[in-house]
Amino acid sequence: MSAPTTEEELSKAVAAADGALRIVGGGTRPIGRTGAGTRLSAAGLTGITLYEPGAMTLVCRAGTPVSEIEAALAEENQQLAFEPMDHRALLGTKGVPTIGGVVAANVSGPRRIQVGACRDHLLGVRFVDGSGQIVSNGGRVMKNVTGYDLVKLMAGSRGTLGILTEVSLKVMPKAPSRATLRLTGLDDAQGLAAMTLAMRSPFDVNGAARVGGDVFVRIEGFDQSVAYRAERLSAELTDNGSVEVVRDEAAQSEIWTGIRDVTALKNHNYVWRVAMTPSRLRLGLLDGVLHGLAFDSVIDWAGAQIWIGLTKGQLSLVDRGAAGFHAMLQNTLADPTVTGRAGGHATLIKAPEAFRADVASFQPEPAPLAAIAAGLRAKFDPRGILNPGLMT
Amino acid sequence: MQMPAPNTAIIARKAQLVSRFLDVLPKDAVIHEPAETKAYECDGLAAYHCPPLCAVLPSSTEEVAAVLKICHDEGVPVVPRGSGTSLAGGAMPTADAVILGVARLNDVLDTNYDDRTITVQSGRTNLSVTGAVEEDGFFYAPDPSSQLACAIAGNIAMNSGGAHCLKYGVTTNNLLGVTMVMMDGTVVQIGGGYMDAPGLDLLGLVCGSEGQLGVVTEATLRILPKPEGARPILMGFDSSEVAGACVSDIIKAGVLPVAIEFMDRLCIEVCENFAKAGYPICEALLIVEVEGSDLEIDEQLEKIKAIAKTHNPVELREAQTAEEAGLIWLGRKSAFGAMGQINDYMCLDGTIPVNQLPFVLRRIGELSKEYGLDVGNVFHAGDGNMHPLILFDVNVPGQLETCEALGAEILKLCVEVGGCLTGEHGVGIEKRDLMGEQFTPADLEAQMRVKDVFDPKWLLNPAKVFPLADSEERRAA
Ligand SMILES: Cc1cc2nc3c(=O)[nH]c(=O)nc-3n(C[C@H](O)[C@H](O)[C@H](O)COP(=O)(O)OP(=O)(O)OC[C@H]3O[C@@H](n4cnc5c(N)ncnc54)[C@H](O)[C@@H]3O)c2cc1C
Repeated sequence: MSAPTTEEELSKAVAAADGALRIVGGGTRPIGRTGAGTRLSAAGLTGITLYEPGAMTLVCRAGTPVSEIEAALAEENQQLAFEPMDHRALLGTKGVPTIGGVVAANVSGPRRIQVGACRDHLLGVRFVDGSGQIVSNGGRVMKNVTGYDLVKLMAGSRGTLGILTEVSLKVMPKAPSRATLRLTGLDDAQGLAAMTLAMRSPFDVNGAARVGGDVFVRIEGFDQSVAYRAERLSAELTDNGSVEVVRDEAAQSEIWTGIRDVTALKNHNYVWRVAMTPSRLRLGLLDGVLHGLAFDSVIDWAGAQIWIGLTKGQLSLVDRGAAGFHAMLQNTLADPTVTGRAGGHATLIKAPEAFRADVASFQPEPAPLAAIAAGLRAKFDPRGILNPGLMT
Repeated sequence: MQMPAPNTAIIARKAQLVSRFLDVLPKDAVIHEPAETKAYECDGLAAYHCPPLCAVLPSSTEEVAAVLKICHDEGVPVVPRGSGTSLAGGAMPTADAVILGVARLNDVLDTNYDDRTITVQSGRTNLSVTGAVEEDGFFYAPDPSSQLACAIAGNIAMNSGGAHCLKYGVTTNNLLGVTMVMMDGTVVQIGGGYMDAPGLDLLGLVCGSEGQLGVVTEATLRILPKPEGARPILMGFDSSEVAGACVSDIIKAGVLPVAIEFMDRLCIEVCENFAKAGYPICEALLIVEVEGSDLEIDEQLEKIKAIAKTHNPVELREAQTAEEAGLIWLGRKSAFGAMGQINDYMCLDGTIPVNQLPFVLRRIGELSKEYGLDVGNVFHAGDGNMHPLILFDVNVPGQLETCEALGAEILKLCVEVGGCLTGEHGVGIEKRDLMGEQFTPADLEAQMRVKDVFDPKWLLNPAKVFPLADSEERRAA
């Protein structure tokens, strides 16, 4: 295990490596193949190096704990608007989540439907590639089209193209007020229909999720505006089960942290995350291959993301168990008759390490795209030492 | 502006190439007569021009693939083109290059209001995307001032922005998927209608790659329900510093307007003369727009006005009617046109950290005096994306060169204060040779490796983005 504290040390460690490296930040998100290699931690590179609230920008080293960033932002009434999920509850991991881990996995929460994903808030990166070369891309300004956007490429590349050493982020004001509409008595199809209706309204919904049989719709902003929109939206949704407006801050916090962290599935042994369009989720998945199966789910992003959890007991009813379910899910997502031209993908998020070592956790891509991805990895990491096999 | 010497062997094979294109395209889709290729000799950066070898106008993804396959076999460079409004020379050809225009690809393929997406062919203009959905209460958010003319293809290639991107983001934040043809003719589908990448974010990489990685033929875009209403407020200040401080205070206060636009005295005067929008003649003017219901707009504008008042504005005018709102925007929207009336101009596009605004404006003023050319400033203040407009007369010998030199100084200044060379127009040929100011050789190498993967022969728009000296070996190979 090596734990450099500066970019230069990290660069030397990579250049000197003579075999596979397993790159970790806080180590709270073990997803994909995480077995092979010498552990190399970026958690030693810490500290906020620049924070300008008036410019809505924050620059920090990649190992900085997310909690430290959130605390600094809270002092200025700002936040990471993409609401990064904390995976610890779901995955049963310990450790301190780092911002580098958030970026490397492009982790975004419920507000993604309004403000975009982590990658949309990432303004710049510095990283060390597989040869030990330090590379910088993007910067710290809000609008930047200078050269190729390697910033987006690095977001979600999970340490397979380079090891992040510094990230700059767009930060946003925290809304002074919020309201959550709770809709009860709806089945999945009705729940999806209600969320769709909410998203088609002009009321700037910034959270729409279904968990434990209820649907939650969130509105944030200034006081009068929130009250106005909550009222209008409640009226529009009255045909969709019974509507209650939750205004209590602690209660709302619990609801949305639970959705963000998918805590409803924390006791499930296997969890998948599926991204597809809301209309196809209903037709192709819930009314299709999943129909009649025993499973639990959290639907977020107004139906564009569903977390599917199965306990050992539920899996015992599935043909070929977890492996069978995994294959079925990924095959379904690759089938255009199910997903339409909009497509989709399924990722295995939680499973015992031995199981993850055996399957492709990430949705296999069509050959030409897989070839591009392999080509990029070969360029950025010619020796193939950065988290080898993690994403493939 | 230096361009690589054209490959004479390719030029000599023109007739042969044209006949190969005619095998896969209808006659009227292959433009090769010198009188006609002239229409493709430049884009919005009209000071630089060169007629292409020929231009082809395919009508389907299959035709694009057939053309690219031929060019790939023959080793002929290809310059993709949307509507040719690039201000960076991104669509300017060389004499040995084929222009591949997507203007005939302009259908709407699918709209889905439940999923809030639209899929269009890439030659469709930006404004007509909104046009296709607005009756049903939706719009496509990125709104470059050129939106009447520019194509989604060019928007994707340049990752274009607009006045309202402070709230809604730029093209990359509103793009869900593309159909793209690789240089060898392979058709790929990147992304789709879903919200994040299954593996590496190739979509994020393609957006903003300036036509160097593939030719985009279709795109799936996020559309949004129209807000209930919008209202601008106009504020005049007696110094740019104060206007800059006001912007910063608005953002810090947690109000997030959809747009904050800035104009300096020169621009105000020229626009006022041109558009008669009733602007106050002062040192700096801000237009701030907020959205929502009347009640929500009032609530936000109250906060904004309270902040503005602490900065002693010389004018504070809230639009009371749709007509007044139109007037407030009219001057700003006609800024480029108005400047064009009085002189030739070069429009720069650097971005700076917003707190550097006063310093940068002061330095631009000094540089303008030093070089003897007027510079007007009009820009998106909320995100620091500046548009200094350097006025010059192309007919006065030497002025274009002086203008270029002054432009380079201003862009270097943007980089020095922590910003970048281009916020939304792209690098093209215009900023190509300044890239070394912002990037180390290793940074540029990492980017060029990406092109190696997508286009190993460096045939797609090859002489752009990277300093010629840095890309020379790859282009020659
Ligand atoms: C008056 C005026 C105002 C403007 N205002 C703004 C503004 O507010 N914000 C802003 O961001 N820009 C602005 N622009 C710049 C310009 O309009 C944008 O860059 C626009 O996106 C270019 O679109 P286009 O279709 O004209 O592309 P073109 O000029 O044809 O091409 C631009 C680039 O895209 C590439 N390209 C074209 N088609 C394809 C394709 N199918 N596949 C791959 N690559 C392709 C070209 O090779 C070139 O590099 C303005 C320009 C003018 C003239």
